[in-house]
Amino acid sequence: MIQLTNVQKRFKLNGSEIVAVDDVTLTIQEGEIFGVIGYSGAGKSTLIRLLNGLEQPTSGSIVISDLEMTTLRGAGLRNARQKISMIFQHFNLLWSRTVEENISFPLEIAGVKKAERQRKVKELIDLVGLSGREKAYPSQLSGGQKQRVGIARALANDPEVLLCDEATSALDPETTNAILDLLTEINERLGLTIVLITHEMHVIRKICHRVAVMEAGKVVEVGNVLNVFQSPQAEITKRFISQVTDTADADEAIAHLQEETPNGRLVKLTFIGERTEQPVLAELIRNFEIDVNIVQGNISAMRDGAYGTLVLQLIGNPVIIDEAISYLHANEVRTEVLAND
Amino acid sequence: MIEQWFPNVDWDKMWTATGETLYMTAYSTVLTFVLGIALGLLLFLTSPGQLWANKFTNVITAAVVNIFRSIPFIILIILLFPLTKFLIGTLRGPNAALPALIIGAAPFYGRMVLIALQEIDKGVIEAARSMGAKTSTIIFKVLLPESMPALVSGITVTSIALVGYTAMAGAIGAGGLGTLAYLEGFQRSRGDVTMMSTILVLVIVFIIQFIGDLIVRRLDKR
Repeated sequence: MIQLTNVQKRFKLNGSEIVAVDDVTLTIQEGEIFGVIGYSGAGKSTLIRLLNGLEQPTSGSIVISDLEMTTLRGAGLRNARQKISMIFQHFNLLWSRTVEENISFPLEIAGVKKAERQRKVKELIDLVGLSGREKAYPSQLSGGQKQRVGIARALANDPEVLLCDEATSALDPETTNAILDLLTEINERLGLTIVLITHEMHVIRKICHRVAVMEAGKVVEVGNVLNVFQSPQAEITKRFISQVTDTADADEAIAHLQEETPNGRLVKLTFIGERTEQPVLAELIRNFEIDVNIVQGNISAMRDGAYGTLVLQLIGNPVIIDEAISYLHANEVRTEVLAND
Repeated sequence: MIEQWFPNVDWDKMWTATGETLYMTAYSTVLTFVLGIALGLLLFLTSPGQLWANKFTNVITAAVVNIFRSIPFIILIILLFPLTKFLIGTLRGPNAALPALIIGAAPFYGRMVLIALQEIDKGVIEAARSMGAKTSTIIFKVLLPESMPALVSGITVTSIALVGYTAMAGAIGAGGLGTLAYLEGFQRSRGDVTMMSTILVLVIVFIIQFIGDLIVRRLDKR
């Protein structure tokens, strides 16, 4: 569906050269929600703008639906853009137009007749849940409602790809979830491919099928979201994952516990997918002659299952503790020893 | 009572002059609006990073705008005598004032248009581009509507300046309240005629400002 091969983008800024996107090769499947995560300055904004030709790469190839984007110019590029629409962090609505006029705008650009435009606008307003606000101006809407207008506008010309540029970063957590649910619904209902960029792991975890992690212009890790959560390779990926799993409080509590009761062994267990639903812990306590003290636990729902961590303090015969850990491994639970006595 | 305070005012002449002033102001405001927007758009679109980014055109346009903005209006009228004679066929009467009024005001207004366009959120232009909009669509459906309140308040200020310019043009025979105040009032030492002309100019300015503010309020949905 989308194939980037050795894509590079360099900028000249105040005389010095910046490599915003450095030799990126990626394949995005049709119908998937693909996330790109990175801190600001990682090059993800430039990457997403390369996909609809708002930026042209310095070198490399970008093919979307069998169209080589890098050679398109003029009318060819404008027509291609109607099938690759975009939503923005700051919504970028025309304040001088009402909700329905904003949604109608891309249809006007595409030269759709008035009657057809009105029909389509009505349908889109229903789809994004804005019925009754047709005549409102953007200044009269909340952030979440503005993004709904942005989404409706982006869907007007029945695109094949939807690019989301930090689409939820300006929204509060509750509204973020509502918008993410809407994006998932659109992805499932219309079968549209969604590429989103974000700096929030929460967004990736909640709706993405696959994720690419970017750092300094390079893609340092790509994979299925569940797999990346389970065994992150790059240091930066681990940091992003800790955004949604660890809390500063927990780290403090663990450190405190180690000081207070230094006996036993502190072990962090990681459960993925179906493992989270199995009574592994109950069996552990039943089958092994050790004391188990639960220190901290955390579970986060993901698109294709759940991801949980549990920190345990195991007290007893070191040999039996070793056996217990082997038992956990046999049950596909990953363990990490945080401290030994 | 009015007769008592303004004994020398010939009301027929006064109303004719008011009509001429209104005619010159309205005509030049409309053409300044069109020409100024064209100049402002050219300045904006050719500036670095914009759709027609072109250093050469940008520098030349900016230079022309600055030159015409800095020539004192009374000198400009005289410099434009040949052009006026060619376009209008005469140097007297309200029509003869128009070329100087427009050429004097359009660069001034063009600068205001540039500032108004620069105030538009860059993201909105990017959004329009991402939808596959042509440059003409971006101009007529994004740039102009999104900056319209600022364009209208700018033309209000310019139009009021034009009222002043017509009075100046009046001093060298363009007609209107300026001519009347100068020839009938000042040169014949009839203070009441000068005063009445000034009052009428003031009323015109107030009305223009009122209408301008009203339109801006209607347009601004931010």
